[in-house]
Order: sequence, then C-alpha cells, then structure tokens
Amino acid sequence: MSELILNERFTDSGPEAETRHEGEPTGEARRRPASVTRFFIAAGKRPGLVISVLVIALVIVWALAPSLFTHQDPLVGNVTDRLQAPSARHIFGTDNLGRDLWARVVYGSAQSLAATFLAVVLALVVGSVLGLLAGFLRGWVDDVIMRVMDVVLAIPTVLLSLAIITALGFGTVNVAIAVGFASAASFARVMRSEVITISTALYVEAARASGVRWYTVLRRHVLPNSLGPVLSLSALEFGTAVLAISSLSFLGFGAPPPAPEWGALISEGRNYLATSWWLTTFPGLIIVAVVLAANRVSRAFEKNGAAR
Amino acid sequence: MTTDASDALLRVKNLRVAYEAAGRRVEAVRGVDFEVARGEVVAIVGESGSGKTTTAQAVIHLLDPTARVGADELAFDGIELTKLSRGQWREVRGARIGLIPQDPVVSLDPVKKIGEQVAEALRVHKLASRRAAGERAVALLELAGLSQPALRAKQFPHQLSGGMKQRALIAAALAPEPELIIADEPTSALDVTVQKQILDHLENLVRERGTAVLLITHDLAVAADRADRILVMQGGEIVEQGAAAQVLGSPRHPYTRALVAAAPALASGRLQPSASVRERIETDAAPRTPRPPLLTATNLTKDFGSGRDRLRAVDAVSFEIARGETFALVGESGSGKSTTARLVARLETASDGTVVLDGQDYTHARGERLRQLRRRLQLVYQNPYASLDPRFTVADAVDEPLRAFGRPRVERARRVTELIDLVALPASFASRRPAELSGGQRQRVAIARALALEPELLILDEAVSALDVSVQAQILQLLTDLQAELGLAYLFITHDLAVVRQVADRVGVMQGGCLVETGAAAGILESPSDAYTRRLLEAIPGREFTTTPESSAQ
Repeated sequence: MSELILNERFTDSGPEAETRHEGEPTGEARRRPASVTRFFIAAGKRPGLVISVLVIALVIVWALAPSLFTHQDPLVGNVTDRLQAPSARHIFGTDNLGRDLWARVVYGSAQSLAATFLAVVLALVVGSVLGLLAGFLRGWVDDVIMRVMDVVLAIPTVLLSLAIITALGFGTVNVAIAVGFASAASFARVMRSEVITISTALYVEAARASGVRWYTVLRRHVLPNSLGPVLSLSALEFGTAVLAISSLSFLGFGAPPPAPEWGALISEGRNYLATSWWLTTFPGLIIVAVVLAANRVSRAFEKNGAAR
Repeated sequence: MTTDASDALLRVKNLRVAYEAAGRRVEAVRGVDFEVARGEVVAIVGESGSGKTTTAQAVIHLLDPTARVGADELAFDGIELTKLSRGQWREVRGARIGLIPQDPVVSLDPVKKIGEQVAEALRVHKLASRRAAGERAVALLELAGLSQPALRAKQFPHQLSGGMKQRALIAAALAPEPELIIADEPTSALDVTVQKQILDHLENLVRERGTAVLLITHDLAVAADRADRILVMQGGEIVEQGAAAQVLGSPRHPYTRALVAAAPALASGRLQPSASVRERIETDAAPRTPRPPLLTATNLTKDFGSGRDRLRAVDAVSFEIARGETFALVGESGSGKSTTARLVARLETASDGTVVLDGQDYTHARGERLRQLRRRLQLVYQNPYASLDPRFTVADAVDEPLRAFGRPRVERARRVTELIDLVALPASFASRRPAELSGGQRQRVAIARALALEPELLILDEAVSALDVSVQAQILQLLTDLQAELGLAYLFITHDLAVVRQVADRVGVMQGGCLVETGAAAGILESPSDAYTRRLLEAIPGREFTTTPESSAQ
C-alpha cells in the first residue's frame, strides 16, 4: 500500500516502521517489570505510607492469628494481678479482673475488624449499586435514589446507626450493618458523579452505537471505569468505620461484655481513668493508629487513581 | 538565503532543548539553526511532536522549567537571549517579541474586559498612561479588524466568537509594536473562512509595520500562502529550509516531499484504491450503474431546547446516499453537519422528517429494532482518544460489536484477527491498549471496530480532522481501499474542503442548518453555484500551489 511505501522513505523500515512513523510511544513507555530495587526506592521516599501499610497489616494479622502475639488468655485473668501498670510481663498492664490488656487488644481486633470490613463492604456494595443506577438511568430513578440519600446524609451517622441498632438488636453484626447503611450514602454520591462523567464519554456512546445493550455497557464500560474513586473512598471509609464501630461498642451496643472489642475496652477502662490510665490509653492509641493509617493509605490510592 | 549579519533580527544557532522526566531524557529539539530577518515572515512547518512549538517557546523563553535549553547562539537584535535575567526578559518579551498564542479560548482572562486586556500590554511596558492605554486599545482592536471596537473593548471574552478573540489577541500582541511576532498555530482552532480573514489581516499589519513573523503551523498550505521562507521540522531537526516556492515546488528532502504529497490542499483529484486492492477486485470492474439509494434522508429537522430558547440545528435537510458511494457533508462549525450525522446514526432523534435505510424507516426505531439496525450502520468519531475505552485492548475493542450480537467465540477470534489486518495494523497490536497507540493507529482501531459487523454505511464524523497530514493521507487511502473492497457507502462529515476533493463522489454544503448546495463533487468544487460555497473554496489555503501527485512525488 502507498502508506507503507511512504513510510519506508523516511523511517529506517522494519515491520514496525509504520508504528514509529505515527509517533508511537516506544519501548520504555510500556510496562516494565517491577524490580525489587525500584520498589524499595519508592518505599523509601514515602516512609509514612510504609508505616501505615505495616500498621494495617499488623492489625489484620492480629485478627487472623492472635495466638502468635500473646500466650495470655483474653477472657480469664488472675484477680491477684488486677490493675497492674504496664510491665515486662503485661506490656499494656492488666484490667480490674486481672486480664492482660495486650491480649484483649490483640484478640479484640478480630471482632472490631470483622465488623469494620462488613460495614465497609456493605456500604460499598449498596452505595455503588444505588449510585450506578442513579447515574446511569437518570430521570426519576436518579431523583428518588438521590433524595433518599440526601435525607440519609442529613442525619448524623451515629444517630442513624443508633436508630438502626435499636431496631435490629445488639451485637457485632448488627453494629456493622448499622454503620454500613449509614455510610452508604456517601458512596452513592461519589459513584453517581463518576458514572455521570463516564456515561457521557465518547467510548460509551460508541459502544451503544455499535449495538451493545445498555446493561452490558454498564457492566463492561461504566462500572470498571468509575470504580477507582469509590475504591479509594472505601479505604478512607475504613478508618471512619473503625471509629464509628468503636463508638458504638463503647456505648455498649456491640458484643456482650466478656468478649473484647476496642471500643468496649475503652469504655470498661473509663471507670478506672483516675488510677489506671493504661486501660483507656492503649486501646485508644491503637484505634487512632489504625484510623490514621487507613487515611494515609486511602490518600495514596487517590493519588494513584489520579495519575492513571 | 544567507542574510547579512546586520539584517538578521533573530539568529538561532545549534538550539537544543531536552526534557528530563522520570530519569529519561527526551530531546525535543536537537541542533536547530535559523535566522529571521527584519520584516520577514518565516514559517516553521512540521507535524505534532516535531519540535516546532518547543523551538518557538525556547526563543521567547516560555518553556516548562524542566526543559534544558542549550544554544551556541540565540540572539535577538544582538542581545544574547539565554543570558537575560527575569527582569530583562520582561523588557523584551511582549515589548520587542510578541506572541500570538494557539488557542484563543484559553488565552484570554475570562473575568477581564477585552479592552483592559489589550491595554494591559501597553501598561505593563509603560508605553501609555491608563487613560491613553484605554483609547489606544480601542484603536488597536479596530486595526485588528474587529467591528464596533468601542463596544468590543467593554465586552468579556465569552461574548466574543473564536475569530473575534483571536483578533483581540492579535491586537494585544501588536500593541507594544514588537519587532518580532511569534504566531503559534494562530488559526488552527478556527474555521477556514475566519482563518483567511485573520491571516490576511495579520499579513497587512505586519507588512505595513515591517514586523518580522515567526509562524508556527502544521499546515503546509498556510505556510505556502503566507511565508517568505519555510523551515520544515521533523523529529527536532530542520530537514529542509528555503524560499516558500522552492520548498513546495521542488522539495529535496524525502520528508518534505511526503508532506507535500500528503497535504490535501496541495494534492488534487479523487484518491484511487491502491494497486494491490485494484488487482484483487479487478473482476467486477464494471462502471457504476445507478442503483436504488441505500440511505434516504428527507426533510430532517432537529430542534434543541423549547419555547423561546429553541434552536434549530438542522433545518429540512434531504439527501440520498447510494451503495458504495461517498457523500460528504461540509460546512463550518455550527452549520449542523455533525447533528445531521448523529440523526442518521440515530444517536439523536429527529424532530421532523425521516431517515430510511434500504426501505426501512428507522426515524423513531427503538430498542431491539434499532439495535439490529446498528449492524448495517456504523460510526467513526473525530477523536480517537476519547472513542476507545482506555481499559480495553485493541482486540477487546474490535471484538465488542461481535460480542454484542452474540457471535460464537471461535468466529469472533478469527474475525478480530482479520479486521486488525484489514486496517493494516500488525497482529501484535491485538493485546495493546489505546494509551500505547498513536492517534492514527487508534483511528484504525476505531475503523476496524466499525467494520466488525460488515455495515453497509459508515458515518465518518470528522474522522481524519484530528490527525497529522501524513497520517490523514494514510487513513484516507485506507478508507478508499476499504470502500473499493467492501462496497461501503460513506457519509463523510468534514469542515475541510480539500479532503472532500480527495474522497467524495457527491457533496452537500451546509450553512446554518440548511443544505445550501448538493451535487457531484467535481462540479461543486470546480464551479460552485452558491455564494457561500464559493467563499469556502476561496478560503482554502495553498490554492496557488496546487500540484498533481505525480509531479510532487518526483
């Protein structure tokens, strides 16, 4: 063809001649295999992020295999050891029943994290589906869904969660459901605005023009392209959910007493605030660390998403 | 063309510009030498990525801070520009070297009145007092060819059209009476008729004042019309330079030759299928006989909005397209040609009138019936960067229509390979994503996708307008070959009459939503009967340089 002849004239030919002529990004621009050294260099530039990831990872390992971190029993204590200050034997000290606080924090992470994950997943799924439908179908569907979401957003999250728990009854799962529903609204909003942007993209119209059915367009084009910001929001929401669930368990809506939960630990320690500072301080610091780490990780997601 | 040292206003020797990003060094300009004499118009011509804009920005010191600039000499009127401090640059930039930027829409401050923005150029260089600057601004706007300059000076940018904004920018650039003006693609964003007016005007102004102009353009024809000398850039180097007539009349470098051959305005006549395709389809070489029309549009009308805000974008447009024929709709921006294409593609529904494909009226078809119809009628968009899903590989994108119509998996895989080959892309491209492809390659993928279902009519909405000329020529050739091979009909939407000459059998000219003239392409382009068509034709740059492809290929 004449174009190939054209190209041979001013590129040094080869099968890729045409590609080069059209100004294609050459080799280096394409994906390179991630090398270990590059990973460490990148990690060294962002120590905050590395620490945050480690904190989250540590807490998750606590939840999965608490016995690796402590040999103490979280539920049964030695009453003679009650209210001891932190020491080599009890690094976080002991509570009023002589139970090791470190063991309770480590074992408590399973309850607290499970509830948090459940809450975030629930919020993500419910919020995204509602946002997707509202943004893609528009019209009255959009109006109905978004007005309901506005109402949900107008009520303080904790208040709404309390109302839901009162209806559902106490327990970790119910706390998770309550928090999940209460935070679904923000997911719906973000998802909707993303979907609206993506739906007007030319490639979505092009897909429709080539005869793709609307639900296939939604599944193959709109959903994958609009999910990024929602996923980074879910990392942020993870931190908030830890806080919300701890608040509810602090108020006593979570698992019944002997079971350790971060919020409940603080609540129990409150009675001894004057004499035993460690009972409230250590679980509190753990919550703070997890929330901050989740925020940092979500910011990294957001930046990556923007760079994409 | 060695100019006397005293004459050279701008002298550039061995200019090099490199960018460093993520540890990689990209040389945008490598060793460029040129001179601009007083009162001379020099054009730098090249395709995107050739380094022409970088060269201009290096001269006026407006490059990104990450750029590394090196030059043996970069002298303006004897002043070495590379050694100037920021303060000294302020004395030179604007006052002695003016800039007309590329995009008039983003180059004006939206919250400042036009008059103030022109006056600002005088005030920052302390060439006039506040009151005098205001008066001078009005005079300058008038000089730049704006009607009602006193009124325009009090208006905001959004109240002006693109052409008017560009005139305001020219007024601002001329205000301090610079000795050199750098015009970076000054009319690329404008319609041809507006382009002609602006360039005519700019030419008169600089001739009167003896201002030198460094004109940056991708359009060889514009350079041919306006410049005394032309520099052709490719890959950061000047491959050829000389007097305009000489460079275009007898290009020496192969790249210049290819560029001249590819420039639609400079070529003439309808493109023929390439030799290989002609051989393959030799068997049915019978001349075209009149056939029943494939597509008939009757009195198509489209209104946007309602009540007092109603805007009639398309007004009673009727045309027919036969099988295997190319019908081109031409017009300036806002003429309704794209809306017409969208009505035919049924991405919009007509307010009135009918569209009939092969006897089936589908003006108001919906749901499954419309979907079935889409097999026979496909669309290629102007912007290949936006019309492909960034997450899809080339194979996925081409596969999509086949998948939508439930073809069996094995057949799909075979067809995708076939289609990628059909649009002359290497088979290895199947697993690439759009980000790894150039504009021309993306457009090939979009064409392959459109052809997947073997449509009878392809709607090409400005399908080659965003591409560099040589890529554009390749795509046009590809379309011509595909038409010969597959017997496709094209509805070709374009603002570029020069392209029309290369591909169209019949042409419809649109203005303000109405079809003002229709007829055979040769007839309309040779002897237009409508005044508007004549104006469009006259505005095509490079008319004196029209050459035959044979002579330019030598």
